[in-house]
Amino acid sequence: MRYLPLTDTDRSAMLDTIGAPDIDALFADVPEEARLSGPIEGLPMHASEMAVEKHMRRLSKKNLAAADAAFFLGAGAYRHHVPASVDHIIQRGEFLTAYTPYQPEIAQGTLQMLFEFQSQVARLYGCAVANASMYDGSTACWEAVAMAGRVTRRKRVVLSGALHPHYAEVVRTMAKFTDDEIAGALPAIQSQPDNSGLIARIDDQTSCVVVQYPDILGRIPDLGAIAEAAHAKGALLIAVNTEPVALGAITSPGELGADIVVGEGQSIGVGLQFGGPYLGLFAVRDPKHVRQMPGRLCGETRDAEGKRGFVLTLSTREQHIRREKATSNICTNSGLCALAFTVHMTLLGEKGIRQLAMENHRLACLAADRLARIPGVTVLNDSFFNEFTLRLGADARTVVRNLADKGVLAGVSLARLYPHHDGLDDSLLVAVTETTSEEDIETLAVALEGELA
Amino acid sequence: MSAPNQSGWKPGTPVEGHNAMSGPDTATGNRALMLEEPLLFEIGHIETTGVDLPEPRGGTNRLGGFERTAQIGLPGLSEPETVRHYTRLSRQNYAIDLGLFPLGSCTMKHNPRLNEKVARMPGFADVHPLQPQSTVHGAYEVMNELAHWLIALTGMHGVAMSPKAGAHGELCGILCIRAALEARGDAREVILVPESAHGTNPATAAFAGYKVEDIPATPEGRVDLAALKARLGPDVAGVMITNPNTCGLFERDMKAISDAVHAAGGFVYCDGANFNAIVGKVRPGDLGVDAMHINLHKTFSTPHGGGGPGSGPVVLSEALSPYGPLPFTARDRDGKVHLVEEENAAEFGHTDAFGRMTAFHGQMGMFTRALAYILSHGADGLKQVAEDAVLNANYILRSLEDVLDAPFGPSGPCMHEALFSDKGFAEGLSTLDLAKGLIDEGYHPMTMYFPLVVHGAMLVEPTETESKAALDQFIFALRSVAERAKAGDESLKTAPHYAPRRRLDETQAARKPVLAWSDPDLV
Amino acid sequence: MARYFTDEHEWIDVEGDTATVGITDFAQGQLGDIVFVELPEVGSVIDKGKDAAVVESVKAASDVYAPISGEVMEANSALEDDPALVNTSPEEDGWFFKMTIADKSQFDGLMDAAAYKSFCDSL
Repeated sequence: MRYLPLTDTDRSAMLDTIGAPDIDALFADVPEEARLSGPIEGLPMHASEMAVEKHMRRLSKKNLAAADAAFFLGAGAYRHHVPASVDHIIQRGEFLTAYTPYQPEIAQGTLQMLFEFQSQVARLYGCAVANASMYDGSTACWEAVAMAGRVTRRKRVVLSGALHPHYAEVVRTMAKFTDDEIAGALPAIQSQPDNSGLIARIDDQTSCVVVQYPDILGRIPDLGAIAEAAHAKGALLIAVNTEPVALGAITSPGELGADIVVGEGQSIGVGLQFGGPYLGLFAVRDPKHVRQMPGRLCGETRDAEGKRGFVLTLSTREQHIRREKATSNICTNSGLCALAFTVHMTLLGEKGIRQLAMENHRLACLAADRLARIPGVTVLNDSFFNEFTLRLGADARTVVRNLADKGVLAGVSLARLYPHHDGLDDSLLVAVTETTSEEDIETLAVALEGELA
Repeated sequence: MSAPNQSGWKPGTPVEGHNAMSGPDTATGNRALMLEEPLLFEIGHIETTGVDLPEPRGGTNRLGGFERTAQIGLPGLSEPETVRHYTRLSRQNYAIDLGLFPLGSCTMKHNPRLNEKVARMPGFADVHPLQPQSTVHGAYEVMNELAHWLIALTGMHGVAMSPKAGAHGELCGILCIRAALEARGDAREVILVPESAHGTNPATAAFAGYKVEDIPATPEGRVDLAALKARLGPDVAGVMITNPNTCGLFERDMKAISDAVHAAGGFVYCDGANFNAIVGKVRPGDLGVDAMHINLHKTFSTPHGGGGPGSGPVVLSEALSPYGPLPFTARDRDGKVHLVEEENAAEFGHTDAFGRMTAFHGQMGMFTRALAYILSHGADGLKQVAEDAVLNANYILRSLEDVLDAPFGPSGPCMHEALFSDKGFAEGLSTLDLAKGLIDEGYHPMTMYFPLVVHGAMLVEPTETESKAALDQFIFALRSVAERAKAGDESLKTAPHYAPRRRLDETQAARKPVLAWSDPDLV
Repeated sequence: MARYFTDEHEWIDVEGDTATVGITDFAQGQLGDIVFVELPEVGSVIDKGKDAAVVESVKAASDVYAPISGEVMEANSALEDDPALVNTSPEEDGWFFKMTIADKSQFDGLMDAAAYKSFCDSL
């Protein structure tokens, strides 16, 4: 077996050293009845690299890769070009096969990278401090809600109706076990976010208001007004961003007054990967909230010779020290995805992220204009970044399925996201990025015209 | 027994000021291949970019009046500078690719590169989680195939694939237990956890709303069955047990523990962190376990990546399976695999799910790697994995117990990890000092001060992917450092001497936290 | 002014109706370098034996229990900027909080300096 270096000669020599007659003697503590008598049922014997690769390639080919279609899906996961050097760096064994940097003297590579990552995320979000990452945007969203409860000592959570429904569902699921009271809503299908309706739901028992920016329908809500209303009642504003590229074009949530900013970092460096692993981003505007944050934090310090170095710090918040009083049970972060994000963001820089954002927006505007010319189709949004909602005047799920058969991945139907809810059936979310060509837009437009005719 | 220094070079008696690393100071601070590297924020510039994108064209936008005007403050580097910056940083890391990584309970085994190749196939890497079913059959099949083998390997009934890491999986399992109890109208308040448990166990139970109580251990490092039985009652929701446990020992009474907990109306959660010791040899389902997370990054070798991403599917007993979270995959009568979500849960008879733990379907990128790993090893290879992991750990235990105290050594063999204590170290020298001394010898230290039940604990897990020669070299190094610790070698207190950094001031880091680059002038 | 000690290694100075609470020199020595102290909110009412503060070193967090019941009147804000005061001056400048005294009988059974010293020696 190619991954197992011991030879039978080694094994007998080692058993001699141990003083055991055979390998079974080392499993003496496992009761006889607990031991499997034969091989695992149905599992074939070991296979060559070539055979496994062939099997996996066969499965891979049953999927339609985004690159092979006119592709318009978003709703929390976006297809962007990832420079080749990003994948090269994250495959370096010193990063790929390292452990959590608990031994800082021999982990400065990971630690300095995390410090750069935290600094980049804090700036992108307009915040003072970002952590070393969470599992993904949805779990970061729940952790932010839990943190707001610790800070405000209140239990009432107001979710915007235009928060990604899967994020809302994660929050609702977790809240069932923590006695938080969750006030959610369905998205109002209208050209602008329902800010006044949201603000009216904030009261003096509200711990936090959770608002997606841009929202699930692609609209850009007025975070500043919501922040003001939340703060007036002593509540925190949690801003959720699922498309970090947008922040190259629009003002960051922190600058608009959000107290905790969380989101999905997948767009930068990570790729689609069928939903995971992704990268949860988590930042706070006010440094006084740092000790209530979940997850790992990397900080700067000096070594015994006075050289600058980095360590994981403030770890008394975490499970391995605080046990049942920890701020979260999270143990890992998304280390390698954070590295991919940081390398990609370094390649972009200020100039690149702004260019990237404006190119996304330019193509999205082109697509919105072109698609709006299709008879019966309207663009819902007054504002958007790179994703908007189309009303088709027809069942969007059927349209999506039929177009998929023609090799066009037209977007995400709202009914897929909100099953069992009326009034959303004819709405389609369409995302456009720099990877979308003008030909792709024309392909979608023509296919839609054909489908709706 | 001794192993030669690998280069053939024999270290002489070190003479103060005359070892190989103490030449004259260099002007740059570099030492040949040991290169200092500034922060991105010190070398990057907001005008620099490593990508070619079109200049924004002027004109109108539809950003709703929220367009950014102020600078973000993100420095950029060109591609050659970026590659060099992160390559230089990478060289300051220890990694499995560089040497044996003996972190107990972390299972730092070789990461096969086939798995990296497979995960990057366009049909896996470049598909969106919400693509229509007709375009992602292969992805559903990967999830389903992996789920099938995880169930087969553990002898369980079902599996929740979506948890993103071990701790997330623990939470999933405990929430299943809570949902099952609530479904029968049985509100229970307490989860019992052994003293030797990983910190995530009590943190998870508390996060799920339970009170946590300790289960005592026997003098030989196992759960005290009599004490456990005495504590069981109508208020106990369940127990969380790690098996093999964090002392590296198999819980011989596991079945009796499960039976007692079940008889008292509770459930058994097993922390699967140490599954590597028994994979292919023992099925937790046969021991009465109701839920167990599987760290794909441990037993099934998906890369640790410097701290994640992990992946923590949870296998479930028949009693708990109905409560598993959405989404997951299921095969219909025609053999077609479906994703079961909120929408079609009823069609698949899964209406009691406790909810959803994450936005999408789980760590697909880890599923492909883990599946390739399982298929590569097969039934014979996985059994050999467990046997070689246990053989390697016992070889280390027996090769070092004359120089390091092995508190549970006399009572029998260990499983996949060997536990030592600091007994016999000279006054003033600690486990930490030994660990830092091991760094100078070219190794990552073992897990230290865990489990808490052993003084100055050192938990060594070599894994099955180490050759005998690599083990002999490691034993030679650890023996040498242990002898210095017992002899009172003061130089250990300031070790490491040869790493990219000396010991770092963690007190300063925590008292005055500097968590982000804050000088705005330098970009 | 009377000073009492608890077997949880806290000291209490009593002056009129006010008690000042901190941790002992022995306790700070056991904890090592203190990096953070989480103090109770002024105005909060705490019960004897319940969590009142948390004192953190790099690798450990320890709860400080209320030695008596009462209302918190003042927290030592100097510890926010300089938690090291707990190491350098544990029984003077490094005090944690001042509180009212709900029930003077709760001082019964606490130790004086001599009794506390022999208690520590016995550990």
